[in-house]
Amino acid sequence: MDMINNIFEYTLLLMPQVLEGLEITLKLFALTLIFSIPLGILLALGRLSRFKLVKALTSLYIVVIRGTPLLLQIVFVFFGLPLIGITFDRFPAALFAFSLNYGAYFAEIFRAGITSIDKGQYEGAEVLGISGRETFFHIIFPQALKRVLPPVGNEVVTLIKDTALVYIIGLDELLKVGKIACNRDSSLIPLIIIAIVYLILTAILSKIMTVIEKKYDYYQ
Amino acid sequence: MLHIENLYKSFGSNAVLKGVNLHIYPGEILVVVGPSGGGKTTLLRSINYLEKCESGSICLGNNYLLKDGRYASKQDLKAIRRNIGLVFQNFNLFPHLSVIENITEAPTRVLGIAKEKATQDALNILGFLGLSGKANSYPYELSGGQKQRVAIGRALALNPKLMCFDEPTSALDPALTDDVANLIKSLKVKGMSMLIITHDMEFAKKVADRIVSMDQGQITNEHMYDNEKTGS
Repeated sequence: MDMINNIFEYTLLLMPQVLEGLEITLKLFALTLIFSIPLGILLALGRLSRFKLVKALTSLYIVVIRGTPLLLQIVFVFFGLPLIGITFDRFPAALFAFSLNYGAYFAEIFRAGITSIDKGQYEGAEVLGISGRETFFHIIFPQALKRVLPPVGNEVVTLIKDTALVYIIGLDELLKVGKIACNRDSSLIPLIIIAIVYLILTAILSKIMTVIEKKYDYYQ
Repeated sequence: MLHIENLYKSFGSNAVLKGVNLHIYPGEILVVVGPSGGGKTTLLRSINYLEKCESGSICLGNNYLLKDGRYASKQDLKAIRRNIGLVFQNFNLFPHLSVIENITEAPTRVLGIAKEKATQDALNILGFLGLSGKANSYPYELSGGQKQRVAIGRALALNPKLMCFDEPTSALDPALTDDVANLIKSLKVKGMSMLIITHDMEFAKKVADRIVSMDQGQITNEHMYDNEKTGS
């Protein structure tokens, strides 16, 4: 009984630090989504572009970003770019690297979603005189969006866990807070607490994705 | 109404249309029959500018979509195509839009008609098509025949002068053939010309003012079934 009490008190004691870490994690998570999803859509359009140069450049971008570890990209942005005169603070550096990285993954998801829409939808819109731009935004993209929700959900859940990687440039996100407490107090309990926090976060995100998918269930 | 002269189209080295000549008169229902692979669908798609032809002319009213192998300017193309409606074989309805939205999409976006007016017009069209109760349904909730009527309604909303149908009976229960024939005939009252592609001879006889057949990229027998029809 005493032990349980001790663990409970210890958890309470750690809470302020955990919450601070959580704040950084959530901030990085939310801002990365806000930047990387539009970037992903743009890159997907680039990949599907008629212009060969645009297509080649976006393809190269995706190959490079998906072909190298995110951890390396974070290090590169924070320690490498200053060498050519581009300096970031820790958090913006992390956000920049994450947005570029996730943008590439989202691009492939959106590209697959857009190309999965039947050619007949374009033709149906075309014979009605609907412009290419309106066809894309009102006919094609909304349908693609529904199809990409499950893989996007996957990425979202992966992202919340990937945020732990920013410990490498010294940001005090959740995992780092846990590790510090773990070393300081010679206890594994902080890591267990952190694990539970991640679990709760991913559970909430999965639930949110399910709700959004349900919202799109009104048609097939 | 529609004049096609000497139309040629090939896919690579495979010539699909080899000098097609075709005329449709105002208010006429013309049916093109023939075996698959004969170029019927390509002809229909060419008229709708979904395929580009190498030479020949396509003229609607007095406006040339294609004149001696040269297409009209982008703007003219747009204006001419507005007069042509097409009902696809598989309808190509927009699955994420309700029936009424499918119909009002083009009038509001393309013609700039106010939403209330477009909706009222669409409701009238749905009434005419016997689909009044389906305005707020989604395409997946409809039967094949209902989907087809929505597709017809969607094309009608732009008031085309020429309506094209690609195999209108192929996706339907054979028992519905009569209904489709009657519906298409009833559109004639609106003064539209109609071009129908089919290989369903029974249906062709029911609906047509005139039947021509097409094979190997040419209209082979302009009045193949005329005698039979006038004789009956």
